Parts: sequence; structure tokens; C-alpha cells
Amino acid sequence: MKETKTLSKVTIHFAGDSGDGIQLAGAQFASTTALAGNDLSTFPDFPAEIRAPIGTTAGVSGFQINFGSEEIHTPGGRPDVLVAMNAAAYKKNFANLKPAGVVIVDPAGFDKKNLRLAGYDDEENPLLNKPSDYQFYEIEVTRLNRDAMKDVDIAPRDRDRSRNMFVLGFIYFLYNRNLEVTLHFLEEKFKHKPAVLEANSKALKAGYNYGDTIEAITRYRIEKAKLPPGEYRNVTGNQALALGLIAAAKKSGLELFYGSYPITPASDILHELAARKNYGVKTFQAEDEIAAITAAIGASFGGALGVTGTSGPGMALKTEALGLAMMLELPLVVINVQRGGPSTGLPTKTEQSDLMQAVYGRNGETPIPVIAASSPSDCFRAAYEATRIALEHMTPVILLSDGYIANSSEPWLFPKAASLAEIKPPIRTKSGDFLPYERDAKEVREWALPGTPGLEHRLGGLEKEDKTGNVSYDPENHELMVKIRARKVALVAKDYPKTELLQGVEGAKLLILGWGNTKGAIQVAVSQALAQGLSVAQLHLHHLNPLPEDLGSLLESFERVLIPELNNGQLVRIIRDKYLVKADVLDKIKGQPFLAEEILDRIKKLLKDGDGN
Amino acid sequence: MEMETKLTARDLSSDQEVKWCPGCGDYSILKQMQSVVPELGIAREDIVFISGIGCSSRFPYYMNTYGMHSIHGRAPAVATGLKIANPDLSIWVITGDGDGLSIGGNHLIHLLRRNVDLNVLLFNNQIYGLTKGQYSPTSEMGKKTKSSPLGSVDHPFNPLALALGADATFVARSIDRDPKHMREILTASNKHKGTSFIEVYQNCNVFNDGTFLNFSDKKLKDAFVLMLEEGQPLIFDQGKKGIRLNGLKPEIVNLEEGASANDLWIHDSKDPTKAYILSRFFDENFPRAFGIIYQEDRNTYEDVLMDQLDQAKGAMGEGDLDDLIRGKRSWTVE
Ligand code: SF4
Repeated sequence: MKETKTLSKVTIHFAGDSGDGIQLAGAQFASTTALAGNDLSTFPDFPAEIRAPIGTTAGVSGFQINFGSEEIHTPGGRPDVLVAMNAAAYKKNFANLKPAGVVIVDPAGFDKKNLRLAGYDDEENPLLNKPSDYQFYEIEVTRLNRDAMKDVDIAPRDRDRSRNMFVLGFIYFLYNRNLEVTLHFLEEKFKHKPAVLEANSKALKAGYNYGDTIEAITRYRIEKAKLPPGEYRNVTGNQALALGLIAAAKKSGLELFYGSYPITPASDILHELAARKNYGVKTFQAEDEIAAITAAIGASFGGALGVTGTSGPGMALKTEALGLAMMLELPLVVINVQRGGPSTGLPTKTEQSDLMQAVYGRNGETPIPVIAASSPSDCFRAAYEATRIALEHMTPVILLSDGYIANSSEPWLFPKAASLAEIKPPIRTKSGDFLPYERDAKEVREWALPGTPGLEHRLGGLEKEDKTGNVSYDPENHELMVKIRARKVALVAKDYPKTELLQGVEGAKLLILGWGNTKGAIQVAVSQALAQGLSVAQLHLHHLNPLPEDLGSLLESFERVLIPELNNGQLVRIIRDKYLVKADVLDKIKGQPFLAEEILDRIKKLLKDGDGN
Repeated sequence: MEMETKLTARDLSSDQEVKWCPGCGDYSILKQMQSVVPELGIAREDIVFISGIGCSSRFPYYMNTYGMHSIHGRAPAVATGLKIANPDLSIWVITGDGDGLSIGGNHLIHLLRRNVDLNVLLFNNQIYGLTKGQYSPTSEMGKKTKSSPLGSVDHPFNPLALALGADATFVARSIDRDPKHMREILTASNKHKGTSFIEVYQNCNVFNDGTFLNFSDKKLKDAFVLMLEEGQPLIFDQGKKGIRLNGLKPEIVNLEEGASANDLWIHDSKDPTKAYILSRFFDENFPRAFGIIYQEDRNTYEDVLMDQLDQAKGAMGEGDLDDLIRGKRSWTVE
């Protein structure tokens, strides 16, 4: 008889070699779990190398998922369950497992060679000395999976490649999931490779059936989460960005042009968009980052919605062109999916260290609006908002996402197309009496497209005369134009909704102010602090430049402000500079997102000991 | 759109004062462009000039069409994006030897291989003019300038060979001092579907005066200029000399001393091997070739892209936004 226990929340960490298919198994578990009605959050974490040294801890790829019948805001802290495909995966992750947690291992991954590569001493094998308070499932995945492959027509060297599906099948059994989503996914993916399809489907089913055959196993049930009613889908940050761009282009009646050069972790946006040609999306894989943005500027000049996407190093290369776009006053969306820096830095790790670059990093007085996404599904809103500002204010806009948001997924209560706000670009159709740099009350100029008779004009990066746009070196005019461009960007803040606290009340002792991917972790930490009776509140910024006009007065009502950031303190400097408030930073620069407990600890320290450090 | 009245060269001239140095070769190129454009049958609003940075790149300001004076070296990329956004436009990239071959060299070669349907005019004056006289990537070795007081140690680019190496589909050379020839080449480049690359020898009379004297001086040019004409033998020096091919080796023969005109190399701009040899007429031993060195028909980038879009729409139907947002798997929470 198998027992079934009901749980409200579980965190599973899948870990294996980077060639073990961990990301795929994790993503499948997430899709299935989302469809089963749980709330969830995921965190894929993998090495930068395509095939990092096999069997070593440096080559371990991880995928963590936190799911439950309650609301989930983070991928979870310490996991309840660790799936370790080899000794290195075990070594890297065991210490982090919750006490009395569950461990699922394949002993074949703990042979002499694997133990040595993982850095265990001679004769040391953790499976021979298992801590008794943990629950171990030692499953001979490799052997059982090879048995399952017996009648499948694949090369011997390929038969172990479906081990990830075997393990996934077993976990599906453990958590009472059905196989349908993954079977369907495999059918799509291996449409043209029947043998590979058969191998993977068989492995998945074999893993599931294995769970069914072993005795005395406890299964778990996680009830559906009580989410707001409506239609949901699972979505990653990069997917949501792509969708937001297409939606915004459609709603503004423009074609979407996406120029990009492949770079981790932004390339998936290019892949998503390249597959949407039936939506009229034109993607251009440029020869370099500079061509990607300047082609997007050319497309915008021609009347398309020009967009380019990249990550930190690519952003550095685009800097000069950003200045050009600002001078031309053409719409442009520039996405920076931030990663660990500086220079090439940590390509697959997350960081929020390009905020200063986005707000300030250009030659000359070059104000550009900056928007940040705070979660995978929020990327849709952020892309839509960035596009709206770019088009309605005739300006380049920088959208900051990051590696964590880009690859993670969560359920998304998605909007109906009809409910999305209209976007109205100021396209000029009337010919005659046209001055390219005449402006409306918001300092926005009109967009005259090549091909329109009577509006012929020349744009350029040289300073231009007010209204006419002719080249001008006049000192008075230069100062005037710098001030006009600054005011134009400042006026973008007039469109913002009222700034509201997410939790807590004005006048609390401590405000936790966040931006970007820290939202979920702060949410959990602040709600726990409030439950403990602490005087704390949460505010999250989506617009980083210009900052909301009502932010200053709101900040003043708090005794102290704490800003958790995955950098060495960037927003905190902007806030201090602008509002002269007492703000402290909680920094973390480890390529990993915050854990809620790290923020909670600091809140307690600040409020109980009055000591922020 | 139909034009009611034919444009004149005056209609093409903008209200901005032209600010090149007096005597600069750029004036002649501008003039030829302004007189050729009305003959092309293209509405003024459909014409766009895109440039980078440098003396030549001020060009768009002087044309009363749409235009953009972009940033250093990037005009080919800007123009590519513009053409993809609106394939109906007639786009002219104006660049120079520094802009197009140094800082923007990467964009230029990728434009050529992609074969986006637009025209590139590379004003080659073999010097940096706007920054007041440093050697450029086309300056000859040993050239003494402010930045090379003992002579340049850089081996120069051969722009036509570079263009051919990048698989350009239209490669030509002209010179500021031969207006008629330039008009012919501009007209032919407009006709060509694909990227047309035209190198224009342009005299910078302030920082590099006379560098192309061999090809413009009345007395000298006969011996140094080889005017290419499709289907005609390669003859120069007022009919006195010709060029024939011995295998793949070109030889100059003297037609006055008994060589037969029947043995001469006949210009065939569709022949890539001959085009390559012509592009290597780059030293004192051979006359410099002017005219269309090479042309071929090849699909343009934007045509293939538009075909893909049409096919995708045909196969999957015009995309519905709600379907897209919903994705393949959604579920409903009651
Ligand atoms: S510096 Fe040379 S190229 Fe530039 S405008 Fe003067 S003459 Fe012409």
C-alpha cells in the first residue's frame, strides 16, 4: 500500500552534469506542475561552458523549482528534495538540502571515476555513509534505463541520454503528476526523429512505472493553488519579453524589427521572435552589437518599431548608437538582459550591475528612460511599457531584465489583447509646414516617415537647431536643446500610475525598496517580518529613470530605507543622490538571486539591533 | 507614387549651405547625383541618403530628400535596417575610406555579402580629411602625414578586391573629375538589384591634393586609365595599347607594333575571375580600371526575408495576438 501525503509547498533541486538534460527535465516538471494548478517559481542555474568539464562540480547544472498550493514568490531557499545524477551534483548541493530532506541518486554516477572527478578522497563514497536522518532513493537509473532501451533502435552510446526522462518519470510518480504534458512535448520536439522520441517516451514511462513497483513509497499531493481566477500559462522572462514586443507592435499598428547579435542570456528573445514570422516580425541577426542597434535605428527611421536586445558587454558596444537614437529622437527599445560583469564576467549568472550604465553610461547629456522587469511574467508588462514610452515619447528606452528572470518561469495570468492599452505613435501624415524638431506640450516631436511626400528632412547626430533640426553650433541653442531633451525625458513620469506600497504602511520604521528580480524575495521577507510584528514596508520600482514624481515624499515618511541589490550598491546611490534620504544597501554579488531569509535577517538586524552591517 | 512634374537638379538641392572646402572633389559628386536622380524616375520622398562620419558624410544634408547623417562607420547597418523596414525605398549609402573601410569595415563587408538592395558610394580620397590629415586605410605605404611623420607603415586596402572578396554583386569605380562617367555608373548602380558598390576617387585638395593625378590629368591619364566597356576589348592610351590574357596572366600589348586587336581581352562584367584580375590592376604596371568591373544577379536579402514572411503567413495563417499570448498550453483557474 502506498501512502499519500498532502503538502502545501515543495522545493526540488535537480542537479547533474551539464550534458545530463537537467534544464530540460526541470522545465518539463515546471510545465506539468503549472498545468496541474500549482503556483511556482523556477531558477535554472548552469555553467557558461556548453560542455563544462564532465563529472566535476564546475560542470554541474542545476534547476530549482518551488511549487505549492499557496502563493509562491521565489524559487525557494533550501530544497526539500535533491535529485543528483552524479557525485559532483551531490557534493555541490547536499549541504544546502533541508534537514531530513529527500535525496534521489543514481549509484552509477558514484563510481570510482565520478567520485574522483567530484573531488572525493580515495575510498570515500557518500552513498556508503549516508546520513540516517535523510531519506535516500538510490535508484539504478542507468541500468534500469538501459533495460528500457533494449528494443529501441538507437546507438549504444545514445541510450543513456534519456536518463533524465527516467528520473523525471519517477518524480512525476512521486508527486502524482500525469505524463501527458511531457509526452506531448516529446512528440513535438522529436517529430522527425522517431527513434529518439521512442527512447525518451519509454524512459519517462519506465521511470514512472518504477515508482509504481517499489514498495513502501510515500507519494505526495499538492493541491491546486488558490490563484486569482482567469486563464493562465507558464512563461519564462525571455518568452514574455518577446510576446510583449509583438503585442505592443500590433497595438501600435507597426511592424516589429528586432536586430540582435547572439549573446547569453538574451539570445532566446531572438529565437522566440525569429519563429514569429507569421506575425510579421522581422528579425535581423547582425554582424555585431553595433550593427544590431544601428539597424534597429534605421528600421525606426523607416517607421518600424525598432528593437535590439543584448546583455552587458553588448550594451557597452551599443552606447554610441544609443546617443544617436536620443539625438535623432526616434523610438527604440533596447533590452539588456543583465549578467554578471564586468567585461565578459559571468555569462550565465545573474546580476543587477548595469543600472548605472543604463541611467548614466553615455557621453554627453544623454537622458534615456529606463524600465525594469521584476519577474518572468512581468517582462510582458515591461516590454509593453517600454515600447509605449519609446513610441509615444519618441525616445530610446532601456529595458533591464536579467539572467535569472530570463530563464525562470512562473504561471502567468495573461491579458486579452483587447484589454491592452492603445499605443499612439505621433506619425505625421499631413504634408507641408513640417519642422522636424517642432514639439508638442510633452516636448515630443513628430515622426515623419520616408516615403511620405512633402516631409523630406535630414536627421543626424550633430547638435541641431531648435525646431528646424538644421545643424547648429550656436552656444545658446546647444544649452536650450540639452535642457529641452532633459525636460522631455522628465515628462515621461507624468504618465506613471501613483506609486503604491506593496506591503506595510507609510510611516513604518523601515522601507525595503527594490527593483528588478528582487521583488519576490523581498515580498516573502517583508511578509514574514510583518507577521513577526516588525514595522516594515515594501516598495518596488518599475521605472528607474525618470523616477516617479511622488517617490520623494513617500520615501520621507520612513525612518530608514534598505535597498537589496545584486550589485555593489547602485540604486542606493541614485536614491541618496536624488532624495538625500538615509538609505542602506544590502548587496549580494554572487551570481545568485537573493534568498528571502537573507533579506529577513537584515531586516531583523536593522530593526532589533539598529545595526545594518 | 506617380510624379506629376519631373524633378530638376535644383529640386534635389536642399536649403543648407554646402560647406566643403572650395575645390573639393565632393562638389562634383554631389552635382552628378543631383542631376542623375531626376532621371531615375523615383519620387523624391522615396529616396534616402544615409551616411556615417567624415567629409563625404555631410552629403545627405545637401540633398533635398530623406536623409540621415549617422555615426562613424555605421551607415551600412542603418541602411540595412531601413531597407528591411521599407523595401520600397531607394537607399544610397555615402561613406569614405575611413568611415567605410576602417571604423565601419565590418558593416561594409556584411552588407555586401547579404546583398541588400541599395547603393554604396565610397568616396576614396586616401586621407582623413575631417580630422585634418592623417593617413587612411587606403593611403599608400610610406605616406607622410601628421600621424605618420616617417611614412605610413600600413599596407593599404584595395577596395575593389575587398568588395569582390566579400561577394559583392555590383562593383564599379569612377572618379570625381569625369562627370559623364560618374553619371553612367550611378545610373547603372541604381538599376542593379542588390548592393552596388562604387568606389569614387575623390580629390582632397587640402590634405592630399593630386593623389589621383594620374587618372585625372589630361596629359597623364591616357597612359593610366583603362575605361571598361561591356563586350569591348581592353584598350587604352588612345588605342595604342591593349591587354590580353595569357592563361590567367594579363599582358599589355602594343597595338601599334603589330599586336592584333583580335587577341585582346573582351570585357565581360559577369566573369568573376576576370573581375578579380581587373581589381588587381593596382600598381604602376597596369592602367587602373574604371567602370563596372563586376555584376551578378543574386537574390537580395530583403526579398528572401519577405518571402519567408509570406510563406510563414501562408503556412500558419496571419498570426492572432490572443493565440500567441495564450501559447500552446493554458489552464483556467475558476
Ligand atoms: S578636407 Fe579634403 S575632403 Fe574634406 S572637404 Fe576639404 S577638400 Fe574635401
